[in-house]
Amino acid sequence: MLAFGRIVAASFRQYSTYRVATVAGVFTNSIFGLIRASILLAAISTAGGELRGYDALQAATYVWLGQALLAPIEAFGTREVAERVHEGDIAVDLLRPMGFLRLHYARKLGRSAFLLLARGIPPMLVGALLTGITLPTDPLSWLLGLLAVVLAITVAFLADLIVNLTAFWLVQTRGLTVVYTAVMNLLSGFLIPIAWFPDQLIALTRATPFPAMVQTPIDALSGRLTPLETLPQVGIQVAWAAVLTVGAWLLLRAGTRSLEVQGG
Amino acid sequence: MAESRRLQARPSPADRPVSLLRMVATLYGSRIRSQAAFRASFLMDLLGQVLIVGTEFLELWVILSQVDVLGGMTLPQVAVVYGLGALAFGIADLLFGEIDGLSTAIRSGKLETLMVRPVPMLLQISSLDLSLRRLGRIVVGLAMLATALAIAGFSPTPAHLLLVVLAPLAGAAILGALFTMAGAMQFWLVDGREFANAFTYGGNYVATNPGAVFPLPLRAFFTFVIPATLVAYTPTLALLDLTGPALLPQWTGWLGAPVAILIWIVAALLWRSGVRHYTGAGG
Repeated sequence: MLAFGRIVAASFRQYSTYRVATVAGVFTNSIFGLIRASILLAAISTAGGELRGYDALQAATYVWLGQALLAPIEAFGTREVAERVHEGDIAVDLLRPMGFLRLHYARKLGRSAFLLLARGIPPMLVGALLTGITLPTDPLSWLLGLLAVVLAITVAFLADLIVNLTAFWLVQTRGLTVVYTAVMNLLSGFLIPIAWFPDQLIALTRATPFPAMVQTPIDALSGRLTPLETLPQVGIQVAWAAVLTVGAWLLLRAGTRSLEVQGG
Repeated sequence: MAESRRLQARPSPADRPVSLLRMVATLYGSRIRSQAAFRASFLMDLLGQVLIVGTEFLELWVILSQVDVLGGMTLPQVAVVYGLGALAFGIADLLFGEIDGLSTAIRSGKLETLMVRPVPMLLQISSLDLSLRRLGRIVVGLAMLATALAIAGFSPTPAHLLLVVLAPLAGAAILGALFTMAGAMQFWLVDGREFANAFTYGGNYVATNPGAVFPLPLRAFFTFVIPATLVAYTPTLALLDLTGPALLPQWTGWLGAPVAILIWIVAALLWRSGVRHYTGAGG
């Protein structure tokens, strides 16, 4: 557990050194937030001020919370593990005294903690100034909301890792990553609220782990769900995290057995 | 004597400097052949691109399944804007998308290798990783544009036909110039790659949406500073004979080509000063 904490801290520090990249990320994140908010607000004003339970302020809050989560959940996918498999560096990871999943999860937590603070909060402030946002006032909503964020990061990490681990069998994983991120961005409720989907698509979406990555933490932190309503959603997040952990572990075990690294 | 000998020693065809056109054909030809060799991977990538364009448009489609008009436009009209924007971005991305990765080349010192070669650097970078998968976006954009125009009741006059050919090319030139400027910026801000994304991918995002949805300051920024609304939205206003919002009357649909020339002058100057500013970072 001590090693786990040290890796989390080291990963946090590692990412905190990229200052220019952080400022650039905040700027780009804010511009995209403005574009997205404009589109949703235009739709809501055409609909007469309210669209499927979202008024202007709630839609703006939805957009800015989504922009804040974009970096920590790494919505555009990662390639690192797949590259390590292809280059054979994975052998080094497997030899370390800490389990592979634990190691990468620790690094992800440190990275995401930094990204949440440095790239998540500034666009929220921009949003609060330019469009206004609404956040819950009771501490319980905040507590559950932050728990939902940590779980969302965990579920997104596991699903992304599973995509990466297919590199054990696929020579080229880029196509799969591209398809995965496209589906994830839509079904997670990042681009538009899931409540706006046609009914059949809502049912399909709810059966996937994607809403647990974005829509759940946004709903919890924007006050759309009361703490009592948030609890079952958090339960679904925990269930998906468990299922995906088993999936990732099985893939890793099968991959390790078939792995052959040349040279040395 | 010396004079006549020099005249006699004419260079053989192999020694003669290659014309720029031949160079372009050779460079792009080799990339295309190398990628066509891996059919399965190519098809998967192509499918991925088609899917991405599909999900992007799904966002607009879902919104328009809830409301009748977005920014004063119906679903077929928005689809014209989206198709035109996707087509323009697809062409720009195919030819200039790789400039986005310039900071990686700077950091790894790969750029020096490009500099010592007797080929213009912009041409090398553009052809270096020419990804044919990007054809996916062009094909989908073209299909969507044709279908949407038919549904939206496009009644072409000769001027409209000229515009429908000119607009994607002018739009691609504008977005290509944005890619080049974003690349040039990386000579100064090596870690600032994401900063540039606000203008390139942000520009594309704005270009594929009805410009009237943006509040006036944002609309002005994405017209006068980053001319993204002129890529697809205003040409669509002209093609379908629609009335534009404040700042963007219908005739601005014809501004794409002149603005493309202007922005390329700026982009070329910026690129040149970026290359001159470069002092090398690799070993």
